[in-house]
Amino acid sequence: MSSAMLDLILQATLDTLYMVAISGMISTLLGVPLGVMLYVTRPRQILAMPVLNQVLSIVTNIGRSIPFIILMVAIIPFTRMLVGTSIGINAASVPLTIAAIPFVARLVEGALNELSPGLVEAAQSMGATPWQIVRKVLLPEARGGIITGLTITVVTLVSYSAMAGAVGGGGLGDLGIRYGYNRFNPTIMVITVVILVVMVQGFQSLGDYLVRKSDRK
Amino acid sequence: MIYLENISKTYGVGANTVHALQNVNLHIPQGKIHGVIGLSGAGKSTLIRCVNLLERPSAGKVSVDGQDMTALSPQALNKARHRIGMIFQHFNLLTSRTVFDNIALPLELMGETRSTIRQRVGPLLELVGLVDKANQYPAQLSGGQKQRVAIARALASKPNVLLCDEATSALDPQTTGSILELLRDINKKLGLTILLITHEMEVVKSICHRVSLISDGELVEDAEVGDFFTAPRTQLGREFLNDFLQLEPPKELIERLSPDAGTHTHPVVRLTFSGDAVSTPLISRLARECEVDVSILQAKVESIQDRTLGLMIAELLGTPQQTRDAMAYLESHQLQIEVLGHVQRNA
Repeated sequence: MSSAMLDLILQATLDTLYMVAISGMISTLLGVPLGVMLYVTRPRQILAMPVLNQVLSIVTNIGRSIPFIILMVAIIPFTRMLVGTSIGINAASVPLTIAAIPFVARLVEGALNELSPGLVEAAQSMGATPWQIVRKVLLPEARGGIITGLTITVVTLVSYSAMAGAVGGGGLGDLGIRYGYNRFNPTIMVITVVILVVMVQGFQSLGDYLVRKSDRK
Repeated sequence: MIYLENISKTYGVGANTVHALQNVNLHIPQGKIHGVIGLSGAGKSTLIRCVNLLERPSAGKVSVDGQDMTALSPQALNKARHRIGMIFQHFNLLTSRTVFDNIALPLELMGETRSTIRQRVGPLLELVGLVDKANQYPAQLSGGQKQRVAIARALASKPNVLLCDEATSALDPQTTGSILELLRDINKKLGLTILLITHEMEVVKSICHRVSLISDGELVEDAEVGDFFTAPRTQLGREFLNDFLQLEPPKELIERLSPDAGTHTHPVVRLTFSGDAVSTPLISRLARECEVDVSILQAKVESIQDRTLGLMIAELLGTPQQTRDAMAYLESHQLQIEVLGHVQRNA
């Protein structure tokens, strides 16, 4: 294999990591608070706001129900407005982030759901404000579940980012399609897939390790 | 210290309305331990949650330490809650925090500095006997140790009221004993007013000064513990007491008991002695003065705080006239006497 080819593979790998990192980070920053909101605004919860809860829930569901490949195309105007272009890794990071936010939010909500309601009650009996309950009770207690959710998100983002390759997004998916599929180069195809597999294994192991470290149960 | 006035709590609307509490009135003076006992679903949990407003009553007034709780703003309520500790059946400790940090939590919530927290948590660990467990996590502790952590946590903000929600129900009898002893200790040392709810008479007997019986959301009895254990006024109270004392006639006797007196039968009676009657040699006097023989089938003496309670199931052997006299004699000596039935003598 030529050194030009190797450079190409290396660049594509870095591109994929870049897209996953950017979309993973931003979707965590926005998805975790959204997940917390989905949980605390439920009826009989610490910030019960049933109407807001319904609205958030519907918006989240809409975000989750649009197939990624359609979302990617549908939000091109928005992407262009945000990063100035609709192709390349920066452009691909936009739909990846948009798709991951509701995903993260539901997983965070699910992790909070697993907590015993007694914990919140105990904190309330100590005179904790809703914000204190979120910061000192809900988030630390659900940390393991949240990390599990974020690991699932990152792994999903790796495969979604490969899909972004289909519309000129760059990264390993792009490489696999252009060189492996369109030019009938099975070696490139296999190499791309192997790298993706290794990447997913790595993220999963890292996530598992972090969960184990934070789990005191 | 704690006043509940005409507290009612209803859930749901229309046909689905559930009356969890109805016109509950309760006063607990400073420094007392008050127990509320009842079957599950009677409204105990709702009642105790109405004190710190984890449940807001539908009607009525709650006042703690002179403060009308129901009238407070959310901020003022949180402040008032710092003065009311609470412990739970399932401990509700944070699994992600060490023992030390669990006890520190209420202080963090109050915005205390790290050094104040360290000064406060140390003595609390000592009080509950867990100094060596400070850096362990709740998962590494036994149930009794977890409840001790919860007690220390509840005391961290220096409350003057402690609410105990079935605090010993998840513990084995031995551990229950040690937790109750700790609560009694705290009550004496710190002058803490304690309200506890339980379904166990043992808990009431060993630490409460006064007890209320709750049934279907209403307080049906409110008495000093000694009085409640010697003379409950309601049927439910008697059931709780009999269950606790477990003084039932032997099975083979129950089968032979008949509700009616015949010509050759003898009454089987349950006698409850309290007060002076316990220390008087009544049975031997009875035998002499009424010329009956007393065959004791079961007997038990319980001491409830400063009172002694004697219980006995006995068969009175004599002519119908003699046994009638004997029962009248016993009643005249402040004994409670209950005829369980009559048995035919084989001999």
